[in-house]
Amino acid sequence: MSDIPLRDVRLETDPHVGFETSYLGEGFSLWSWLTTTDHKRIAILYLISTTIFFFLGGAAAVLIRLELFTPQGDLLTAEAYNRTFTLHGVIMVWFFLVPVIPTVLGNFLLPLMIGAKDVAFPRLNLFSWYLNIIGGGLAVAAMLAGGVDTGWTFYTPYSTIYSNGHVSLTAIGVFVAGFSTIATGINMIVTVHTLRTNGMRWFRLPLFVWAIYATSLIMLLSTPVLAMVLVLIIAERLFGLGVFNPDLGGDPILFQHLFWFYSHPAVYIMILPGMGVVTEVITCFARRRVFGYQFMVYALLGIAVIGFFVWGHHMFTSGQSMYASLAFSMLSFLVAVPSAIKVFNWTATLYRGQITWEASMIYALGFVGLFTMGGLTGLFLASVPVDIHVHDTYFVVAHFHYIMVGGMVSAFFAGLHFWWPKITGRLYPEFVAQIAAGMMFAGFNLTFFPQFILGNLGMPRRYYAYPPEFQVWHVLSSAGAVILAFAYLLPMAYLLWSLIWGKRAGDNPWDASGLEWQTRSPPPKHNFVEAPFVSEDVYDYHPENAPRGSGADDRRYDDRDIAGEKADAAESGRRHRAAETPPATAQARRASKTREPSDGEGR
Amino acid sequence: MSSTVAGHFHDHRQQSRANTLGLWIFLATEVLFFGALFAAYLIYRVLYPQAFETAARETEIAIGTLNTALLLTSSASVAMAVKTARLGQRRATMVLLGVTLALGLGFLAAKGFEYHSDLTKHLWPGSADFPLDPPQTRIFWALYWIMTGIHAVHVTAGLGLWAVILTMIARRSFPLESSDKVEIAGLYWHLVDLVWIFLWPILYLVGRS
Ligand code: HEM
Ligand SMILES: [Cu+2]
Repeated sequence: MSDIPLRDVRLETDPHVGFETSYLGEGFSLWSWLTTTDHKRIAILYLISTTIFFFLGGAAAVLIRLELFTPQGDLLTAEAYNRTFTLHGVIMVWFFLVPVIPTVLGNFLLPLMIGAKDVAFPRLNLFSWYLNIIGGGLAVAAMLAGGVDTGWTFYTPYSTIYSNGHVSLTAIGVFVAGFSTIATGINMIVTVHTLRTNGMRWFRLPLFVWAIYATSLIMLLSTPVLAMVLVLIIAERLFGLGVFNPDLGGDPILFQHLFWFYSHPAVYIMILPGMGVVTEVITCFARRRVFGYQFMVYALLGIAVIGFFVWGHHMFTSGQSMYASLAFSMLSFLVAVPSAIKVFNWTATLYRGQITWEASMIYALGFVGLFTMGGLTGLFLASVPVDIHVHDTYFVVAHFHYIMVGGMVSAFFAGLHFWWPKITGRLYPEFVAQIAAGMMFAGFNLTFFPQFILGNLGMPRRYYAYPPEFQVWHVLSSAGAVILAFAYLLPMAYLLWSLIWGKRAGDNPWDASGLEWQTRSPPPKHNFVEAPFVSEDVYDYHPENAPRGSGADDRRYDDRDIAGEKADAAESGRRHRAAETPPATAQARRASKTREPSDGEGR
Repeated sequence: MSSTVAGHFHDHRQQSRANTLGLWIFLATEVLFFGALFAAYLIYRVLYPQAFETAARETEIAIGTLNTALLLTSSASVAMAVKTARLGQRRATMVLLGVTLALGLGFLAAKGFEYHSDLTKHLWPGSADFPLDPPQTRIFWALYWIMTGIHAVHVTAGLGLWAVILTMIARRSFPLESSDKVEIAGLYWHLVDLVWIFLWPILYLVGRS
């Protein structure tokens, strides 16, 4: 290892300096991408595939909103409408929302954040992508072949005795994709356990890592049950082995129990990663250490655990015993407690922060508001009397869209913008991005807020026609959907644009803390040239009482070197320089004082 | 650094820790996978005790018990193979794994024979001339087929794994002492065995006391 201040030689155009090329330059052929085991490239594969699924599901949503523009069923027949919303739900839940953050951002960032060279099982990682694609292919094939009309929940006996769609094929698709999820979960957990770099203690892990860890736990403990439920359905349909068949004394309600034993935890699979992303973004653009870091960790784990004991709140009207309903209602209120802790802590992190309005911050703040709405309406639904009124109405539809779309999709966009410079080495155009973020927030509320009102007025979900009194709300909702659609297409356009014309991003454009920002943008194949060493606490941001810098920029503040703040300035200057120098070296220099530069470095 | 360590691990110990942890987690998912079936069984058994006892009396207890013995013995030979592999005793490991393979194949053969005799008795719950009454006996038999079927798939996968490992040992394609392949496959095999230990009483012994 050399001691030359590498800053002078670190030019993207100079191939002679002995750095590895970035992961993007490892090979350009399609084949090199399809056979890669680099977690960063696999993340890109996932980014492409989940985007495709997102637009497929989105197309179905457009059809739904078009149909609901008028009270009569004029665009689609009742049959076709059922098949459309099922397609929408199946694709969005299993092929977009469940995988999107863990496999795109998680895959890319988790090893970087803990200072590892890759995930623990790189080949399994690639395999999981193929499983996902195969599963998605089967599900889409089933949809093209005529579709399924059960809704994404596959309730028996709709999906067995009375089904007239391609349930088996769809179920096989979801089954296969389930194993992809399990593989990702195993990979993430083992990576966090075994590949943390020196000095990366458990309580120094960024909260994004904790969020992915908690998500993976849920994935591992719930997905196998879904897989088995699907096997039981397939066995009944293909072989006549009817476990849920009422003619034999079987109980369709048992299906609901097993399904929701998976699917309620699965809704947390669809939100915890978003919480992780938002935490990183908020702490960076408020320039404040996360308030109550340890509470945030325990809240994540608490949600993961309690989330397994609330599934019965989906079955208040399915004829389960009153006592069971009350217990499930109680537990559902409990699970809201850690969620609320997180909201309070985000807010407290903003307090006295030096807030700037980068696009990812707008998305993240949008997340906090929309998630709060979704969570609070979840409490309405968790109270038995209210739920009996609004069960299976648009109120439920609005509730879960506030969390899943308003929350998770916003969080995904926040993360995508925040780490885009790291992933691609390019900056996106900030102003357009801010507009898109604002549009998404406005369009979202216009689309889904009227649905709370509709549900309360009694509009049931999953109907293609409705009484004319409801039309005004449906028209508002459809209009909002148009804005929302634009707000999704716009980032697609400028992010692609930035790949070619975007400004080159530095290694750390936001001046963020965290190991992923200390390597190059885009990172080299093995992430760090030398294994980093962590000696500071996580989220080592701007000291609380320091004067306000301009923008997200501590640099000016260093240069000013205000009298009386010298100590602070020196402190933050040291951190700042560490980020400017190719950090691997800076870190390694620091590290070499404390340990032998032995294991596996400098290859 | 030995050549069997993949590039993203520091050393052998780290890699081996990762592999073992990964496999334990995988086994946990398997437990939940079968857990859903056991839950379904439990609920229906509580709801319809008579029907389940009637139905369970029709299973082939002799074959079921023989299979339990075969699988348990195979697990014992795996346990010994793990030991001998760690000591680097190549020949002994190969013999023990060969025994495991043979016992596992024996299990599958017996299972196939049993399936055949079940079918000749029309014990397929989807068939029109299912011989038992009341209708809930069909639920038992549906669970029987699904549970043993999925278990057999696991046994088959395990045998495939052993065959690959055995060939690799025969070709000396990895260093026996420092590799955790036998141990990892062994953990999996023990789980398959364990699941059977639960299946045997609930499918074969119920209703026969
Ligand atoms: C504060 C915590 C939450 C509570 C107390 C809660 C409560 C509920 C209740 C009681 C229902 C059933 C309503 C009915 O069918 O009548 C429900 C439905 C639903 N929730 Fe939540 N929820 C919470 C958070 C979430 C989160 C975080 C998500 C997703 C990320 C989510 C997604 C859903 C979905 C998808 C449904 C509808 C399922 C369907 O029938 O298709 N919920 N929620
Ligand atoms: Cu729920």
